[in-house]
Amino acid sequence: MADKNYDVIIIGAGVVGSMVARFLSRYKLDVLLIEKDSDIGMGASSANTAIIHAGYDPKPGTLKAEMNVVGNQMFDQLAGELNFTFERRGDYVVAIGPEEFAKLESLRQQGLENGVPGMVILNGADVRRREPNINPEVSGALWATTGGICDPFGVVIAAAENAVVNGVTLMTDTAFQDFIMDGKHIVGIKTNRGDFSSRWVVNSAGLYSDVVMHKAGLRPEFKITPRKGEYYVFDKAEITINNVLFPVPSATSKGILVTTTVHGNTIIGPNALEIDDKEDRSITREGLDEIWQGAINLVPSLSLRYSIAEFAGLRPGGNAPCENPDVKYNKDFIIEIPKQVEGLVNLGGIESPGLSSSPAIAVRVVELLKGAGEKLEEKSEWNPIRRARPRFRDMLPTEQKLLIENDPSYGRIICRCENVTEGEIVAEIHAPIPARTYDAIKRRTWLGTGRCQGGFDTPRVVEILARELGVSPLEISKKGKGSEFLVRPTKDEEAE
Amino acid sequence: MLKEKYDVIVIGAGPAGLAAAIEAKKTGAQEVLVIERAQELGGILQQCIHNGFGLQIFKKDLPGPAYAQRFIDELAGLHIDTLLDAMVLNVTSERRVYATSRWSGFVELDTRALVLAMGCRERTRAQIALPGTRPAGVYTAGTAQRFVNIEGFMPGKRFVILGSGDIGMIMARRLTFEGAKVERVLEIMPFLTGLTRNYVQCLLDYDIPLQLHHTVKRIIGNDRVEAIESVQIDEQRQPIPGTEETIPCDTLLLSVGLIPENELSRKAGVSLDPVTAGPFVDEKMQTSVPGIFAAGNVVHVYDLVDWVTQAGLLCGRNAAQYAIAERKHHGRRVKMKAGDNVRYVVPHVLDKESLAESAQLLQMRVTLPIEEPVWVEVMNGEERVTRKAELYVRPGEMVNIDIPQSAYDAVQRASELSVRVVRR
Ligand SMILES: Cc1cc2nc3c(=O)[nH]c(=O)nc-3n(C[C@H](O)[C@H](O)[C@H](O)COP(=O)(O)OP(=O)(O)OC[C@H]3O[C@@H](n4cnc5c(N)ncnc54)[C@H](O)[C@@H]3O)c2cc1C
Ligand SMILES: Cc1cc2nc3c(=O)[nH]c(=O)nc-3n(C[C@H](O)[C@H](O)[C@H](O)COP(=O)(O)OP(=O)(O)OC[C@H]3O[C@@H](n4cnc5c(N)ncnc54)[C@H](O)[C@@H]3O)c2cc1C
Repeated sequence: MADKNYDVIIIGAGVVGSMVARFLSRYKLDVLLIEKDSDIGMGASSANTAIIHAGYDPKPGTLKAEMNVVGNQMFDQLAGELNFTFERRGDYVVAIGPEEFAKLESLRQQGLENGVPGMVILNGADVRRREPNINPEVSGALWATTGGICDPFGVVIAAAENAVVNGVTLMTDTAFQDFIMDGKHIVGIKTNRGDFSSRWVVNSAGLYSDVVMHKAGLRPEFKITPRKGEYYVFDKAEITINNVLFPVPSATSKGILVTTTVHGNTIIGPNALEIDDKEDRSITREGLDEIWQGAINLVPSLSLRYSIAEFAGLRPGGNAPCENPDVKYNKDFIIEIPKQVEGLVNLGGIESPGLSSSPAIAVRVVELLKGAGEKLEEKSEWNPIRRARPRFRDMLPTEQKLLIENDPSYGRIICRCENVTEGEIVAEIHAPIPARTYDAIKRRTWLGTGRCQGGFDTPRVVEILARELGVSPLEISKKGKGSEFLVRPTKDEEAE
Repeated sequence: MLKEKYDVIVIGAGPAGLAAAIEAKKTGAQEVLVIERAQELGGILQQCIHNGFGLQIFKKDLPGPAYAQRFIDELAGLHIDTLLDAMVLNVTSERRVYATSRWSGFVELDTRALVLAMGCRERTRAQIALPGTRPAGVYTAGTAQRFVNIEGFMPGKRFVILGSGDIGMIMARRLTFEGAKVERVLEIMPFLTGLTRNYVQCLLDYDIPLQLHHTVKRIIGNDRVEAIESVQIDEQRQPIPGTEETIPCDTLLLSVGLIPENELSRKAGVSLDPVTAGPFVDEKMQTSVPGIFAAGNVVHVYDLVDWVTQAGLLCGRNAAQYAIAERKHHGRRVKMKAGDNVRYVVPHVLDKESLAESAQLLQMRVTLPIEEPVWVEVMNGEERVTRKAELYVRPGEMVNIDIPQSAYDAVQRASELSVRVVRR
């Protein structure tokens, strides 16, 4: 076993693991965050609707409801400290026709029970005024003023970066394989990069949280069933829906939304399809057709002609019953220190609203550790602030001018649709959590997400990555080993 | 060194932009600037190293870079400014251009006439909503062409090409020549979408099979493309069940169409034709915004570069004529300025020639009341052009004064006139 003894090892650097790392970095603990992929945030946290839910959706009494409402309230401060994009612009549950209107009140009641403030029921005319593109048959909407949208990669990266700057060790390309036990005590883990000893292990492995807990002999009946959600993204020059619009939810799902991203693109989706394969993020004809039908019910004027991207994400849906036996619900979050083993903080089934809940889950993990007798002394040097790096496209011309004067590489545009500059790319490659692949840069800068989908920037980004990392362009990949862009030099090049 | 104001600024240095700049200069435009985001002039031609350019204009079969070089050389002899490796970020309808580069920093430039020659971009996988995974190894044909011909790297070993457009067919030959295997070209339409000459020279001659009425049903492979599933399409463009075939490959190239690149045009308020996706233009290649012209693939997608050059020449000539007229016209106009105790004057600008026809009325309000006799004076610097007596002036009461026709010569000498109110 490695010489280093960690206090806490966190398995999985999605939004939950990264948030836990960030909140634990406040204390005098040696923390290791491991991630099996080439970068953080490539799992469920990489493809979602990016909504910070108000909290009227989850069933009252569940952990989902509690974490969602508490998490939502934490986002203003968190966005301020960590400098990710977050806009509390409210959301709407839109009722089409008289029958759906009747359901809005029960949704509002559920919200009140969950402790959601600031909900208002609007009539059809109000909704039409606020969103002129809405289906004219709209009968009203539940307006939840505390709903918000964020940059979902930004949240993960900012949290993990702040953790790393405050002393947490991050290892990517490092996969948990098994626990090392001493009786019922967990004393470490085995990974593809060797063994690591630790007093505590946090299971935040998302889609694989069932696999991880089964290795400790826990909850053998617990199973993650991936639920796929697909999306269309639209060109912001052509279609601008500026609101977050939900349909009235069905028994099984929140339904197909029409919403906007913090970057101004309208997106529609997701559907909800249960599948077996935890790696199957393929998009399907049927799925795309389904979300299209759902979306035009809310906004009939959408046009597929202006779609610029499609993608899919997998919700790590579990089958855990609610802790409170009075609440009949069997898809709740698991947030526990189980009794059967010692040294494990077990998280599971963190599907939607997992992004919204993530800070509340992190705080709960801290409380659980305290409850288990950890002293958790605060570090005097802990810095809660993570500074943002310059974002050229969000600046005023005068600011852009100044930025380029200080560093001319900010004057070279690499992504023509989203106006991402060479300076921004280089800064991400040399950041505390270095971006080493094309997709890693894409998640951090939003490059390649516009109407040309990387057609223009890809050769240039490959060149910059190779130069900055000091490797051959042949080694540069889209998302880690096995996804290299290029296979060999051309004959002319070889001859030279 | 960049100037602050140009007669003609051209955005894009492809064949359209080069021709426009050259012709604008030859027509008599004084300051001409070409802005290009690539590191060299020539546009898309620089990566088109195959022959087939210039048969109409030069009666010669040239490779793309050689065709471009003829114009680049001509441009060099004409004292035309160039700003390379520079992206134009914004353009206003008043023809102010905002651009940025490593070398120039962030610049703001004004121009009397503007030429849009930004070319086009390729349709992507997303725009045709191609199902399947999202691995590395899916490229548009133009991006792959850049990798091979400019960067000197092969993006794959076994290829399937979707779309029988010219770029796709040209790439099929190029890749084969580089030792790669092109398994197939699939075309959803019942006919070839590119030129027949390319079909013969690029596919037939190299035994690359073309399947019409076929498309990609889905992409397979998580990290890198492992295969694609193809399917036959019926007359209604619906897949025919049972005709699926899995074709192992590591790269899928897309040659599924080009879209004029008009984000800047839109910012300048230029109206776009939904059919071409390019600006509406008149016979001068002028767009809906006066003084803004357009040529080349930005207007509609061309098949032959010779026609692009012709459109660029026409466009450049008219842009220069517009700029020359603007200059002349500009010299005829004087600005009206509010002087002592005058809040404003209408009109703000006066055409000097208007006095040849009749006296011109100026209307204004004063800033402060003066309850005693005053002069209202129109001045060109210290020279008085005309004046009028009033018994008093008050902010609540508008003041009128005529510039008489007799002041014609005095006004000709001015570039600016000011009006003031002084005690008698
Ligand atoms: C379609 C869709 C829409 C959604 N919309 C919203 C929304 O609008 N609002 C909202 O609040 N929530 C939403 N969610 C839910 C939210 O995205 C998830 O709840 C959240 O991202 C879960 O985070 P996580 O960190 O638990 O999981 P993940 O992000 O999946 O992170 C788990 C990490 O563990 C790693 N890992 C797994 N196994 C191992 C191992 N053996 N060793 C090392 N590392 C391992 C994985 O690689 C992964 O990076 C949505 C989800 C989906 C799929
Ligand atoms: C791959 C390919 C193969 C072809 N093969 C043939 C052939 O064999 N024979 C033939 O006759 N024709 C061929 N053509 C057609 C012909 O070459 C094109 O129609 C022609 O190049 C279009 O010229 P253009 O000037 O309009 O656009 P482009 O050549 O595309 O030039 C546009 C320029 O504008 C620049 N630009 C765009 N936006 C900005 C901005 N915001 N700021 C700064 N600069 C900007 C771009 O970088 C580019 O250099 C081919 C075309 C392609 C794409």
